[in-house]
Amino acid sequence: MREGHPDFLWRNPEPKSSYEVVIVGAGGHGLATAYYLAKNHGITDIAVIEKGWIGGGNATRNTTVVRSNYLWDESAAIYEHSLKLWEGLSEDLDYNVLYDPRGVLNLAHSLGDVREGQRRVNANRLNGVDAEWLDPDDVNEFCPIVNVSPDARYPVLGATLQRRGGIARHEPVVWGFARAADALGVDIIQGCEVTGIEVEGGRAVAVKTTQGRIAAGRIGLVAAGHSSVLAKYAGVELPIQSHPLQALVSDLYEQVLDTVVMSNAVHVYVSQAHKGELVMGAGIDAYNSYTQRGSNHVIEHQLSAALELFPIFAQARVLRTWGGIVDVCPDASPIIGATPVEGLFVNCGWGTGGFKATPGSGWVFAWTLAHGKAHTLNEPFSLERFTTGALIDEHGAAAVAH
Amino acid sequence: MLQITCPWCGPRDETEFSYGGQAGVAYPKQPSALSDEQWGTFVFFRENPKGRFAERWVHAQGCRRWFDAIRDTATNDFLP
Repeated sequence: MREGHPDFLWRNPEPKSSYEVVIVGAGGHGLATAYYLAKNHGITDIAVIEKGWIGGGNATRNTTVVRSNYLWDESAAIYEHSLKLWEGLSEDLDYNVLYDPRGVLNLAHSLGDVREGQRRVNANRLNGVDAEWLDPDDVNEFCPIVNVSPDARYPVLGATLQRRGGIARHEPVVWGFARAADALGVDIIQGCEVTGIEVEGGRAVAVKTTQGRIAAGRIGLVAAGHSSVLAKYAGVELPIQSHPLQALVSDLYEQVLDTVVMSNAVHVYVSQAHKGELVMGAGIDAYNSYTQRGSNHVIEHQLSAALELFPIFAQARVLRTWGGIVDVCPDASPIIGATPVEGLFVNCGWGTGGFKATPGSGWVFAWTLAHGKAHTLNEPFSLERFTTGALIDEHGAAAVAH
Repeated sequence: MLQITCPWCGPRDETEFSYGGQAGVAYPKQPSALSDEQWGTFVFFRENPKGRFAERWVHAQGCRRWFDAIRDTATNDFLP
């Protein structure tokens, strides 16, 4: 420790030549996986390998929205499990992740939206997920700055509300998981890129990295936009396409928005950070790319949607925009489980909405890596569903990137 | 924004185009002969390389013709 420097939150060890479990990707999901493996399953001989640095990827490029109001039973179960973990996460990690259940509104702008929203409210309630339907007057009362005028180009006809949804602060989430995993003995290896996966007799036995070969009993790939590239090292094909997803923040603004507002139809989602920036997310760029940047017209489209909904945002200025690479699955649901290669597991395909799932994703993937098979919660999210056709089509609840 | 060269109209802004994903994905000659796995692969699995990618674009706001292009997905540069 340097003099005058605060305590480091985790060690920066050299990799050993072998671990019981190697997790590739030290984003939120990878670190949560390591943490729950150590905490819930007593497995501490773990390396989490990261080509960049903690907090450099999608973990801190997202718009921090947390919710669990998904339509289908399988999704509701896993996202609600995650939301329950969020509710106790700061205490569990002994690190404040600033989880703030300020409510999430999903606006309806057409009769189709209204029907879909009301159906989703009913489905959520049947699954024990809190959900309410608001008519335009209720929306106005709950969030007065939303333009509910019938003269709007796409008038607000109602909204679903999940009060337990909200935001968390993404840096402390990864830092907190890293710190807690490190304290339990997990080695976090930053600046170490995986360049190959050794497969012997149908079994993955080691990863090749820029810091040498690391043998592993089990390997978990948790690499978001780069999942296809990594899986291919082991000869595994994934039904994933990598796209840029952009977001932006405004300069600091007085507190005007105390909830999260999402709109599939006009395609924007917005919240206000505790510090004051308005945080907005766009849709994915149409083309495949690994560049972590997108096209400006997507940002323009997003801002026009935001101004339509919130006329007072005309006074705000864009401070910066950025992009991340998201791993999009054909059914907008993740893949969490085994691959055809023994000992090799994937946790990917979270696409545009993985942040909210961070603790739940880590929890089920830790269970999967510990037992060598899927937990009941992630069993439906298998790679085989693209053969059996048992898709979990969440485009309805996930159509807008979030 | 990307600048994309339409083979018929020349270089134009990306906003004039729509994306068609991977190029050269042929419809199975005998769909009924495919196993579930083969059909699943045809329907859901596409190449997702970091690097050279042969892809489809349509000049939707221009000549409305489809064409193939090769782009490096690590840089977004279109390649000859």
